[in-house]
Amino acid sequence: MNLIAIAFYLMAAVTLVSGLMVITAKNPVHSVLYLILAFFSAAGLFVLLGAEFLAMLLVVVYVGAVAVLFLFVVMMLDVDFVKLRQGFANYLPIGIVVGAVLMFELIMISIAVAEKGAAAGNQPLVASASESNIKMIGHALYSTYVYLFEAAGFVLLVAMIGAIVLTLRTRPNVKRQDIHSQVTRRRKDAVEIVPVKTGEGISE
Amino acid sequence: MNTFWASGWGWALITIGEALAVIVGVMVSLAFLLWGDRKIWAGVQLRKGPNVVGPFGLMQSFADFLKFFVKEVVIPAGADKAVFLLAPLLTFVIAFTAWAVIPFAPGWVVVNINVGILYLLAISSLGVYGIIMGGWASNSKYPFLGGLRSAAQMVSYEVSIGFIIVTVILLAGSMNLSDIVTAQGGGFWNWNVFGGGHPILLVVMFPMMVMFYISALAETNRPPFDLPDAESELVAGYQVEYSSTPYLLFMIGEYANIVLMCAMISILFFGGWEFPFPLPMAHDSIWYVLISLFTFIAKVVFWFIMFAIAKAIVPRYRYDQLMRLGWKVFLPVSLFAVLIVAAYRVYGGAL
Repeated sequence: MNLIAIAFYLMAAVTLVSGLMVITAKNPVHSVLYLILAFFSAAGLFVLLGAEFLAMLLVVVYVGAVAVLFLFVVMMLDVDFVKLRQGFANYLPIGIVVGAVLMFELIMISIAVAEKGAAAGNQPLVASASESNIKMIGHALYSTYVYLFEAAGFVLLVAMIGAIVLTLRTRPNVKRQDIHSQVTRRRKDAVEIVPVKTGEGISE
Repeated sequence: MNTFWASGWGWALITIGEALAVIVGVMVSLAFLLWGDRKIWAGVQLRKGPNVVGPFGLMQSFADFLKFFVKEVVIPAGADKAVFLLAPLLTFVIAFTAWAVIPFAPGWVVVNINVGILYLLAISSLGVYGIIMGGWASNSKYPFLGGLRSAAQMVSYEVSIGFIIVTVILLAGSMNLSDIVTAQGGGFWNWNVFGGGHPILLVVMFPMMVMFYISALAETNRPPFDLPDAESELVAGYQVEYSSTPYLLFMIGEYANIVLMCAMISILFFGGWEFPFPLPMAHDSIWYVLISLFTFIAKVVFWFIMFAIAKAIVPRYRYDQLMRLGWKVFLPVSLFAVLIVAAYRVYGGAL
């Protein structure tokens, strides 16, 4: 058994087990942590495929940013575990149906890939010694698929603006820090020296 | 025998040996850098600093290490035990994982991968998990607040660090750290901080270097951005419940990250191992390698001193100021810098 095979089976096993733990762990925070482990070992599988750029993107984007926000939200939520488990039996049939459909689709895709059905005659881009796969992805993304790429960017921008519009509320009774007024504040605006006579004090 | 070293197992053994050498080297230098950090801090405050254990107090870090090591590990009753112990381990492991791609001298790197800089970005973005997990697992208010603060802070500053790194990648034309360093060879005027051989880009790259330094302070939770463990507000933030070896792991991980950031700023902007002036000897001679190694170490130590001085002389930021600096100042400015450098590379300089 060579090293690559050991690495593959190790990471595939970790991915599967942590994927299973995501849905079976009782504590939602533990679920998110297992999800992170699943992402991370999936990135390892990408490296084994020679797609190191995708692997790094997976870690930077999903593990480094998306999962942190997940974790953030799940930790902040006050989850009632008893209530959460009450509807389990009701949702089980729907869950099984959705799972079965997904399973069926995945099997069909695997068969198609194995027989090179859909992708027959389509030469995959493989990194060579002269061209790293970052360069190849860059060329494909910015020449062949440039309009789609830009469109994806616009969709994300719209989504971002939408999220801000939905959540931004200007509440009247909140005291906010005004950095500009703090920085431009000078000594004469804040301090006044008053000569005080003994025994008399200051009258406004 | 040669066939064995060329095989997969031989390669694995060699890599493990190299990794061990790097880890031990970084750990030992950390002990002295920690001592230097405390000495500088003390010097600014007109104190003496550690001066009892060993000559000039040099052995202080080893004494501290022993002290931490023999103390009892206290785990709070309400803590999530597994996550509580996993958090410092994760911080420690991730901090050292990143060192795998750092080139110390020509050819002196554990793994020379094409996406080295992305790997560094990916691994440093993982560093936040140790802190969040530690904060949450402690099951206590102050650590939790510290963990949440650090999550928001590190995610915010990663964005600007990413864009600043893009300007460097555009200048060097590669994501391989060794290539980025060799692209800056031939003298200090070729360093990226001075425009990477295009003197007109100095006006963009010098501010980028300053922004990278400030973002690195925020990313490693160093003062003036040490809000996750602000002593005056959160006692010690996410570290409150930690004691003994778990705390030691947190601290070593934190300092390993700081030194990593110093190494990154040296590599990205100050030519890594490249000597400030062209060296007369051949590039494969042993003297060249040794001088390169010491140049790199000197640069890293210089930046560590900058980190230590910032800790000693700068007052802590308020949280809204921190967020404003990250999102409203650094993000637009670094984005604009990426635009300028990219435009210069396409229309101005020879690509």
